Amino acid sequence: MNTLLDCHKACRVRVVKLNAPTALKQRLISFGIMKNATIEVLEHTPAKSTIEIKVGKMRVALRGEEAKMIEVEKI
Amino acid sequence: MNQEEDVKSCPVIANHIKVALVGQPNVGKSMLINSVSNAHLHVGNFSGVTVDKKEVLFDYDNYHFTVVDLPGTYAFTDYTIEERVTHDYLCAEQYDIIINVVDSTNLEKNLQLTAELLTMSKKVIIALNMTDEAEKEGIEIDAEYMSELIGVPCIKVSAVAKTGIDELIKAVLKKHTSSKNKPKLVFSEPVEEEIARLVWYLDKHKYKANNSYRNIAINLLKNNKKTYEKLHKNPIWTELQPILIEASKHIELHHDSDDIKEAFAEEYASFNRGIVTEVVKQKNNQAKKTLTEKIDSILIHPVFGIPIFLFFMWSLFQLTFEIGAIPMEYIDSFFGWFGDVLGSTIQNDDMRSLVVDGIIGGVGAVVLFVPNIVILFIGIALLESTGYMSRVAFLLDGFFHKFGLHGQSFIPLVTGFGCSIPAYMSARILKNDRDRLLTLFIIGFMSCGARLPVYVLFAGAFFSADMAGNVLFIIYISGAIMGLIAAKVLKLTAFKGVDEPFVMEMPKYRLPTLKLIWHTVLGETMMYLKKAGTFIAGAAMLIWFLSNYPHNLQLQTEYAQKIEQTQDIAEQAKLKNELAEHSLEQSYLGRIGKFSEPVFEPLGLDWKMSIALQAGIAAKEVVVSTLGVLYSLGADVDENSSSLADAIRANIPFASAVSFIVVIMIYLPCFAASIVFTREAGHIKYFFYLFFFTSIAAYIMAFIAYNLTKMLV
Repeated sequence: MNTLLDCHKACRVRVVKLNAPTALKQRLISFGIMKNATIEVLEHTPAKSTIEIKVGKMRVALRGEEAKMIEVEKI
Repeated sequence: MNQEEDVKSCPVIANHIKVALVGQPNVGKSMLINSVSNAHLHVGNFSGVTVDKKEVLFDYDNYHFTVVDLPGTYAFTDYTIEERVTHDYLCAEQYDIIINVVDSTNLEKNLQLTAELLTMSKKVIIALNMTDEAEKEGIEIDAEYMSELIGVPCIKVSAVAKTGIDELIKAVLKKHTSSKNKPKLVFSEPVEEEIARLVWYLDKHKYKANNSYRNIAINLLKNNKKTYEKLHKNPIWTELQPILIEASKHIELHHDSDDIKEAFAEEYASFNRGIVTEVVKQKNNQAKKTLTEKIDSILIHPVFGIPIFLFFMWSLFQLTFEIGAIPMEYIDSFFGWFGDVLGSTIQNDDMRSLVVDGIIGGVGAVVLFVPNIVILFIGIALLESTGYMSRVAFLLDGFFHKFGLHGQSFIPLVTGFGCSIPAYMSARILKNDRDRLLTLFIIGFMSCGARLPVYVLFAGAFFSADMAGNVLFIIYISGAIMGLIAAKVLKLTAFKGVDEPFVMEMPKYRLPTLKLIWHTVLGETMMYLKKAGTFIAGAAMLIWFLSNYPHNLQLQTEYAQKIEQTQDIAEQAKLKNELAEHSLEQSYLGRIGKFSEPVFEPLGLDWKMSIALQAGIAAKEVVVSTLGVLYSLGADVDENSSSLADAIRANIPFASAVSFIVVIMIYLPCFAASIVFTREAGHIKYFFYLFFFTSIAAYIMAFIAYNLTKMLV
């Protein structure tokens, strides 16, 4: 398992690295998606085009393309 | 006023306090202002309700308060336009104190912004909002201990339950009169070391600044552009630069990252984690699924999610028509009766016609649709305030993305079903200019509330009552589909480029209070009625004048003789109608209509309909009032049927009606919306693009629809 995109529903992971362009990286960080943060995948559309995750107490929706930029490891 | 207060932030009037209300999106800032004062700011449950700063004034205890409601921002970035508004305001404008509103149920995330505010060397008060909700979830916050730890007052409030509001204002007053105290935001050792080094350097050279040296040092380390620009011009820069490079290296090494901003975010996060562990106690176990998660497992289900959404929309339009139709009859007969009663008191023929046919006919035709409008607005208010809107954005993003739109485009688009003006403004939540422009161009395809009367009128005229709701739904959906196709066309031609990332918060579901829905719907409805009473009434009078003058005396005497000669009552009525028809045709309006008829003829529209469409550029409500005036004056309306729907059924072929509706669906929203569109798009040229784009699209689509319907029916 490498990126958030590879995760399935109800899987819990820890963020290792953000491989996103600066603006998007800052956006992710301001949502609490940063190194060492714990993420849980709540739901995704059938083709994983959109994914709903839980980080801390917040639910965030993001696209598969963005999820691909988030490097994670399984807890 | 405090004597030590430096001149820069001192307000002109002594007992005037200017408060900047800052917080992350959807923490209830606007709601808090509504609770503090008697304002009725728009409140919703998704991020990005407030897109522009709004000022609210109120008095308390001999003080004049100005509260500035700033758009929500997750952090001090300039990611979207709304965030830029907030950032610029906080850095450049004059204000006395910041109230940082935070969501008590999610303190750690909210403190991320708080930490950045604390480095600003401004007076800050933290309002721990949604205390009641937090208590229900078993979250306990020790506000006193928190105040002590951070070094700024933390007050528990609830904007919904209106608790703690007095304490908050008192804390603002106390803070305002006290001297500045230093917030206790502590970084990790390496960062503190570097800050100390920079502060020592600035102090050694007695650098003159309004901000504290600590503040400048932090800004320098965070690569703050404005601070750099300022120091760049100073001679100490040559010496400062190498120190700064060393410092950055040191911090980046410590955080194992090559991004200083990321390093600082981590610093803030660990500080916040420390605070939260100290002051927050969570009673029940978190492992249990929250209610929001349970609802989400149904509403954003991979398979059932979209059908459920479509069902909701269909129900809304069914209700709009079915329930809306009940009081319509009474309103219609009221205006009929009112016109008759008032008409009988007026002696002068022209005056009576102006009042009864012009004003009452025109305004009545618009007021008739208030029940439909109210139901539609209730639906939109529910969508906005429950939190469902963001779910739909989630569901539709994949689909929207195929058409070059963004999932978050859904929010301005759905707002567009209510009114295009707030829809144009809410497009600001989109960061990328291209995506925003594309969305702006498409908003007009979402039929606004003002177009609803035209649809209800025609659906009611040509379909039975149980079908009319479905027809309404089809009109709205096909408008939206045409919008998507138009988006694809524009994306492939005018707005080529990279897509904007989609990262969006999904708010908790909330049950909106009745009061909230009431204020939202009441505000929108009053606006509609006000427009009916002023603008629409004026337009109706103008249309009446243009359709009655010039008088053709020759025509009148000619028909008067004919009517006298015949004894047959039916024949007399027929002649009267003929006279009215001829008079209308030779009026100013008739001449304009006849002049433009060749343009509209291929669409199957007669001159009356083309006039109504042209008048509709001013506002869509005018379409109905114009039809009302035109058809209440003459035409083949038989004695038994007095309503406009009957007149339309009798006078307009079905294919022409379809073509008419298609034009209404696509062409320019209205005059006021066009102005807002131009402002939001940023250049007048976009208005002309929009005008030509919508006009040409409307013409082509109406032409196709007209000929297809003629072939099929």
